[in-house]
Amino acid sequence: MAQVKLDRLRKLYPNGFEALTPTSFEIHDGEFVVLVGPSGCGKSTLLRMIAGLEDISEGTLHIGDRMVNTVDPADRDIAMVFQNYALYPHMTVRRNIGYGLKNRKIAQDVIDSKVRDAAQMLNLTELLDRKPSQLSGGQRQRVAMGRAVVRDPALFLFDEPLSNLDAKLRHQMRIEIKALQRRLGVTSVYVTHDQVEAMTMADRIIVLNAGRIEQIGTPADIYHAPASTFVASFMGAPPMNLLDGHCADGTVTLGEGFALGTSTDTSTRKITVGIRPEDVELGGAGAVPFHVDIIEELGAHRLLHGRLADQAFTVHIPKDQHASTGEMPITLPEPALRLFDAETGRAL
Amino acid sequence: MKRAGFVNRWLPMLLLAPQLVIIAIFFYWPAAHALHSSFFLQDPFGFGSTFVGWENYTDLAGNSEYRRIAWFTVLFTCLVTFFSLALALLLAVKADKVIRGARTYRTLIMWVYAVAPPVAGFIGVIMFNQSWGPLTRVFEYFGHDMTLGVNYNDTAFAMVLVSIWKQVPVNFIFFLSGLQSIPKSIREAALIDNRSASGRFWDVTFPLLAPTGFFLLIINITYALFDTFGVIDTLVKGEPGNNPMTLVYKVYVDGFRGNDLGGSSAQSVILMVLVLILTVVQFRLVERRIHYT
Ligand SMILES: Nc1ncnc2c1ncn2[C@@H]1O[C@H](COP(=O)(O)OP(=O)(O)OP(=O)(O)O)[C@@H](O)[C@H]1O
Ligand SMILES: [Mg+2]
Repeated sequence: MAQVKLDRLRKLYPNGFEALTPTSFEIHDGEFVVLVGPSGCGKSTLLRMIAGLEDISEGTLHIGDRMVNTVDPADRDIAMVFQNYALYPHMTVRRNIGYGLKNRKIAQDVIDSKVRDAAQMLNLTELLDRKPSQLSGGQRQRVAMGRAVVRDPALFLFDEPLSNLDAKLRHQMRIEIKALQRRLGVTSVYVTHDQVEAMTMADRIIVLNAGRIEQIGTPADIYHAPASTFVASFMGAPPMNLLDGHCADGTVTLGEGFALGTSTDTSTRKITVGIRPEDVELGGAGAVPFHVDIIEELGAHRLLHGRLADQAFTVHIPKDQHASTGEMPITLPEPALRLFDAETGRAL
Repeated sequence: MKRAGFVNRWLPMLLLAPQLVIIAIFFYWPAAHALHSSFFLQDPFGFGSTFVGWENYTDLAGNSEYRRIAWFTVLFTCLVTFFSLALALLLAVKADKVIRGARTYRTLIMWVYAVAPPVAGFIGVIMFNQSWGPLTRVFEYFGHDMTLGVNYNDTAFAMVLVSIWKQVPVNFIFFLSGLQSIPKSIREAALIDNRSASGRFWDVTFPLLAPTGFFLLIINITYALFDTFGVIDTLVKGEPGNNPMTLVYKVYVDGFRGNDLGGSSAQSVILMVLVLILTVVQFRLVERRIHYT
């Protein structure tokens, strides 16, 4: 078990591409941190730098109390689960799980019992003598997990481990991995581009964009108080509504002059107004006209897609609330509004 | 598996015909001819032949020179196969690690493949030239007087060396593409599981190369047995007398130099049986055993 400390870690690929701008953060002992961001933002690069599979161009990396910049992957006391599982195709499940132990000079009977325990924990006991080619995707995923847990490492690294599974299995494995991590208390870094995975599994989420950190925070922070329009539009399904607005003399107005509320900021400038679809109220005093184009029925709730002040807007309503297409008045409660600088996209 | 069928049953036959005709003319017909003449004693001047039954075969069994050449062939095949595979694997592993200049490196190794066997043999003759061959010089330095074509062992050594040199590029290319088809993440998983590079090679890389290796093993045995003819012919040119040779070369020497068509045919029938066995082994094992997905 260990904490991880990144100090101005930077990655320049040999072709000169800066995949990670100098980045610093700390992961606490036993914490489950999820790295999330769009494709190509540098999540895998960062994870692989922690694993030692990718050189560190600048900065320092500590795992536990040790500076590991130049330490071999095998000596970093980490275990990694790959997206395509990376099982050894010529070894049985038993040997796959035990291979990392065998090379660490551990007695065969100790290995056997550890492999048996790991297999038990992951429901793999029946499959121990099969080859990876004789397993289903979900079973392979479990073997990959087994290979990681059996080593009892200081740090788990996951690179999109569930993205090759179907939706149902993904949901189930998500819960299992989280429960396993809780039970073992091993510090974990988990890469995904699925924001639902990020929200449900993380103790803390790190949102990456184009090689830099947009925001670090608990899932609730990230969801309710996004630090930028990027985070606001990336997290949540559907994402936060973002509307062009205006701020003058401490009054926030939208498009053609719907006054929305007040701001402590007295400067005059363009801003972006954000509100989560579920924070919108129907009707009420100070209502603004919302034009509903499409009603999306999702069973537990409904999404109304349409236009507000001539900009795309989505409202989330409970299943028992009546709604129809056409004009309808809504209220944007002031406490739910998030204001962003229109130029930089940063929260005000 | 979906099966596609032909509506007209003559069409597939027609499409196969050119291939079948070629096989019949260039393989079955000469093979049948060889089988036939292996039971006859041919008149050296081409005036008829006498049926002698198994005599050509029993002669071979009792012939000590034939047995000596058979042993040499076995030794030769083992050496050429082992060293050309081992060297190619070593080079491929190194080349796989090279990122910069990989192309040049590969081309340098590959061009040897384009050299025809007799030319390879000729290059060998030059390298081992009695008075100024660079390799002769090297041996001289170590106090050995290299006499290609005169000393049995020296000639054998040159034969083995040139044959290996000629075969390494083919093996290299297969091994390299085999190495490069091992998924990157599997190697990375091994990198995390095992700190020793040689351990990773023998535990992960080598077993994953086994299908390629086995395929190459058969190819190389076949090469050493049959395709080294050109190299040997150039190296022992003119005087096969006291020089080492393989069974295939002996077929040629006895048949075309010694005009013993019957004996030579019997020898080639034996070799055909050998090829048949190799092919069966190849199909049986390659198709069935070593296969991962
Ligand atoms: N070897 C390399 N050389 C140059 N650029 C690279 C290399 N590997 C990755 N990149 C670039 O670095 C950036 C980050 O890549 P990375 O694999 O970390 O993305 P990612 O966030 O994991 O994306 P995904 O969600 O698609 O896996 C990408 O723009 C990619 O093109
Ligand atoms: Mg990735």
